[in-house]
Amino acid sequence: MDLDYSAAELAFRDSVRGWLREHLPDELRRKVERYQPLSKEELMRWHRTLATKGWIAPAWPVEWGGTEWSPVERYIFEEECGYAAAPPLIPFGLAMCAPVLLKFGTDAQKRRFLPRIYRGDDFWCQGYSEPGSGSDLASLRTAAVRQDDHYVVTGQKTWTTLAHIADWIFCLVRTDTTRDRRQEGISFLLIDMKSPGITVRPLVLMDGGHEVNDVFFDDVQVPAENLVFEEGKGWTVAKYLLGHERMNTGRIGASKRELEKLKELAAREVRGGRPLLDDARFRDRVSRVEIELMALEITNLRFLDRLRGGRAPGAEVSMLKIKGTEIQQALTELMMQAVGPFAQAVRGGDGADGFEALDAAYAAHYCNYRKTSIYAGSNEIQRNIIAKRVLGL
Amino acid sequence: MNFDYNEEQQLLAASIQRFAAKEYGFEARRQSIAVHEGCSPSVWATLAELGVLGLPLPTEFGGFGGGALDLVSVMEAIGEALVVEPFLATVGLGARFIARGGTAAQKMRWLPAVAQGELRLAFAQTERGARYDLAHVATRASRVGQGYVLDGDKRVVLHAPCAQQLVVSARTQGDAAERHGISLFVVDAAAPGITMRSYQTLDELPAADVSFDGVTVAPDALIGVEHQGFALIEEVVDFATALVCAEAVGAIGAANDATLLYLKTRKQFGVPIGSFQALQHRMVDMVIRHEQAKSLASLACAAVDGEPDPARRRRTVSAAKVGIADACRHVSQESVQLHGGMGMSEEMKVSHTFRRLTMIAQQFGDADHHLERFACPQ
Repeated sequence: MDLDYSAAELAFRDSVRGWLREHLPDELRRKVERYQPLSKEELMRWHRTLATKGWIAPAWPVEWGGTEWSPVERYIFEEECGYAAAPPLIPFGLAMCAPVLLKFGTDAQKRRFLPRIYRGDDFWCQGYSEPGSGSDLASLRTAAVRQDDHYVVTGQKTWTTLAHIADWIFCLVRTDTTRDRRQEGISFLLIDMKSPGITVRPLVLMDGGHEVNDVFFDDVQVPAENLVFEEGKGWTVAKYLLGHERMNTGRIGASKRELEKLKELAAREVRGGRPLLDDARFRDRVSRVEIELMALEITNLRFLDRLRGGRAPGAEVSMLKIKGTEIQQALTELMMQAVGPFAQAVRGGDGADGFEALDAAYAAHYCNYRKTSIYAGSNEIQRNIIAKRVLGL
Repeated sequence: MNFDYNEEQQLLAASIQRFAAKEYGFEARRQSIAVHEGCSPSVWATLAELGVLGLPLPTEFGGFGGGALDLVSVMEAIGEALVVEPFLATVGLGARFIARGGTAAQKMRWLPAVAQGELRLAFAQTERGARYDLAHVATRASRVGQGYVLDGDKRVVLHAPCAQQLVVSARTQGDAAERHGISLFVVDAAAPGITMRSYQTLDELPAADVSFDGVTVAPDALIGVEHQGFALIEEVVDFATALVCAEAVGAIGAANDATLLYLKTRKQFGVPIGSFQALQHRMVDMVIRHEQAKSLASLACAAVDGEPDPARRRRTVSAAKVGIADACRHVSQESVQLHGGMGMSEEMKVSHTFRRLTMIAQQFGDADHHLERFACPQ
């Protein structure tokens, strides 16, 4: 047993780190560090930088641009990006639509979409949740009726992340309402967001941010060639996607960076004439989160180690999601508490009195991060998955 | 990076698991406690035969030169089977003091005997009022001629009743809570002036309060440098703490296995109680605790094996002990709760695992103690 990276893995990490230091623009890094929203242009600028380097889609097959990195190297890359405060890579195209096309798509679909996803020409979003279908995804009702060489789609998707800047949406739709099993009769469709009949309406969240949307489909015509896999077999595709979730859901690198920031913050804040970090009550709470994070890093590496034989990750991803999001949320809460009364202000000061613009961002970020235990399969759904798949309950 | 056991570690894991399954079932354990007060000669002989007793000892003194990581499978098996024999007291503490601080002559005298199963040891450290402070030593060792005379009282010395030799911390200089001035001695457990009041702990280990009243020891009983025993105590206790973390992982796994089985077999309202989501999610949280505990135990074992900086070693071991203590409390309490009334019963192994986990949470310092040490590593 050896808990340290090998010399080759360390060299890889250093090369990624060095490259990031050189190529990650300061203004993007600063925005990520300060939880400021990134525009589509900013997101795509970083996407194209990585695409030019050849690092945008490490997990893809090499003929489509993959890097042939080992699972550990992919993990190192993702965690280094998180630690460096690089803009997030929006997963809907790169890590969701693309793996589906690689597994189920026709050659024509692959040739049409994959290079555009790679280069960042198309920005994708995910049409899964509906007003009545959240955790119970198979109850979805958005209908697609086949008419000659196209489908006519009618219905509503909701909580659709970044639909307002997306060029394409991949959707689960119901093509057959006569089946007894709800999982049957669902199909996987690719839909151009510029199609007539699509309306996007913003859903503003409690932090004031606009990330998610309602997407309405009103007799939207979708060419039949945009069907992925067989009609009625969309649930198979959806399940594959679920199993294809990546092992970086723990987001160790980003949490390490946030933990360092929390400690700096708590060392700067003063309580009773001493740094807040010396206050045993506060410090112990920080320590417990740090210890959970130390453990999760090793847990994540242990899980990666199990994939060495090429095995697909299973319920491990669910554990990492639960623990990772618990840690992320705990950090946002401690940061909000660290800035004390300043957390109440929604607009920052100019830096006078030690009241910085960033201080006002912590409470909003705390609010925003409540989403992490809800999205991508709520933590309760993750527990259901572990109970069923690992424990056989 | 590699989390597999190497070939030797795999063989060892297989043989210790075979031993636990065949020779240390719940009934055999009961017998060892009832007949031998937790120190069964035949079990000890088997452990010596398996090479487990010499595993972490230097090769030139009858050992195999292993480290804490090599002992992980052994400690996990000990935790699973709730082994009450004096393994940690002898190998994790007593022999470790001699191996790390002793002279060549002392090592030659004691360590081969440990490896061969002929010598059991115990570490007499804790005193009234010390809590978990390793520097709190009031027991005196006064220089008389070339040797020393020991006076003082040690409390809850685990496995003292079956130890032939005790490693005793005593003050040769300074006041009760000072780090400087502590020395370590190997003392014959039957020496004149030693009185033991023996009892069984909550988790069924043999223990004793040991009094030293004018106990004469020879000059060659001193381990390490006079007055400078504190650093050695910290180092060895960190080693033993890492081992007990791995033991906890085994016990947590056993508690989880028993609870999961119970959820699948116990029926109420006509269905297995494991079909209830309220219980499923609690079981999942116990399983996640086990994975996190496993990670922390391996971090601690790697630190005591390979971390040259004592401050960083202390910090990592304390981090592990905080997480392990929290996991011990969580899993032990939940495993009893999910077993319902059965979990309270003396007849069920899970109630014994509960007690061991409860005590491990506090052994060598509870979560609060190690939170302090983690944040302020001196």
